[in-house]
Amino acid sequence: MSSTMLEHGLKHDPSATRPGPPLWLLAELTYRCPLHCAFCFNPVDFATHEAELDTQGWIETLRQARALGSVQCGFSGGEPMLRDDLEILVAEAHSLGYYTNLLTTGVGLTEKRAEALKEAGLDHIQLSFQDSTREMNDFLSNTRTFDLKNKVAALIKKHDWPMVLNCVIHRMNIDHVDKIIEMALELGAETLELANTQYYSWAVVNRDHLLPSRAQLEKAERVTNEYRERYGDRLQIVFVIPDYYENRPKKCMNGWGNVFLTITPDGTALPCHTARMLPGADFPNVAEHSIEHIWYDSEGFNRYRGKGWMKEPCRSCPESDDDLGGCRCQAFLLAGDPAVADPVCDKSPDRGVVDQAIEKAQLTPALPLKDQPLIFRDPVESRRLSADKTVP
Amino acid sequence: MTQIAPNQIPGIANGYRLQFEKAQDIWVLLYPEGMVKLNPTASQILQRCDNKASVQEIVAQLEEAFETSGLSEDVLGFLAIAHEQHWITLR
Ligand code: SF4
Ligand code: SF4
Repeated sequence: MSSTMLEHGLKHDPSATRPGPPLWLLAELTYRCPLHCAFCFNPVDFATHEAELDTQGWIETLRQARALGSVQCGFSGGEPMLRDDLEILVAEAHSLGYYTNLLTTGVGLTEKRAEALKEAGLDHIQLSFQDSTREMNDFLSNTRTFDLKNKVAALIKKHDWPMVLNCVIHRMNIDHVDKIIEMALELGAETLELANTQYYSWAVVNRDHLLPSRAQLEKAERVTNEYRERYGDRLQIVFVIPDYYENRPKKCMNGWGNVFLTITPDGTALPCHTARMLPGADFPNVAEHSIEHIWYDSEGFNRYRGKGWMKEPCRSCPESDDDLGGCRCQAFLLAGDPAVADPVCDKSPDRGVVDQAIEKAQLTPALPLKDQPLIFRDPVESRRLSADKTVP
Repeated sequence: MTQIAPNQIPGIANGYRLQFEKAQDIWVLLYPEGMVKLNPTASQILQRCDNKASVQEIVAQLEEAFETSGLSEDVLGFLAIAHEQHWITLR
């Protein structure tokens, strides 16, 4: 027997005639959040979508998706702890046979709720390091943040959950990856994801503030590798570089409508959590359609499935199976057309847009950018930006 | 690669879960935000990693179940991979 006999990961044969099941269900329970991250991945216009499915609506969604073959379930947000039926939903998901993941900042995760979540059968907590203050520069020295993470980390340990920490990396904190790694070691994490900001939603609005320079990136990778050598057996460190610095795009969501199904707070079903920004017909809602119809038959989920929608250079590209043309949202954001090659690709005629952003990142001096304030995610900014039609 | 001794006792690692998936008719190993689809042999071995049976006993169980012999090398080879992937712990 060899490892080649094991099929790794969430793969599905793209040439199969009927798509595989939505193996990964992401339940975005709410867009409400006590934090104000400038790189928030919720839609910029989140404040105009305040409706939330009720408990029964989520339970029905969990059941239908599970019957279709979903097996990984992520509860995220916003901050999912703000839903006081979280424990009920986790218990339902667990009894249906999902592997249950909670993606949280730890705000609101008290001893009592941790116990209830364990009881409900929660399998895993991914704790993110987002700061709870607006002083991004204080991010690492902020004792309130550290105390909170310390407390939550202790709860995770106590309840025997695997500890996965996630920290979004950007221009303002990338020079401190050593401190972030030290913090993860001190908290006793098993895995640390140093995920560079990907440029969607709020991160696009704030891109000049967030995109690191090449020198910063190289240094951070070097430092990370040094820590890997020293502590590799204790802490697994995953370092994700911003795709702007690659010359091939990522195989976004492992393919459109291939394995990922996101349900937004109001029940809209999306092939990825940022897809709502794309032009075209509205995506289907679980209140009106069955998950089976949504996944297999809806126009939204078939729109960029497989490769039939591709234009040149992707259509005749020998690498098209590797990345499926990259990310539709990025193509739309940077080139204005969701059906063209992801401009990160150096075969894309729009690569210049990415190069320009990178070039700017090398020239921009250290913070702050005086004439251009950092915009923090909050409902007021959200309403202002959604009224301003120049922002996607 | 991990050297595994026949008297060691394997168990599924904390945070991992072995499960049969009806919709796809396969065994899978689930872990934080991920999943491995297992082929029949891999699933037969992992189903016996119960923190009680030793490697040697697992080999015997499999040889009996499949009315065959000489599985030792395959089982040790797979468990070494499984250990490297952090799927199992060894006592
Ligand atoms: S990125 Fe920050 S603001 Fe956005 S949902 Fe997560 S914690 Fe809240
Ligand atoms: S041209 Fe399209 S398919 Fe080819 S590598 Fe670039 S993005 Fe991928």
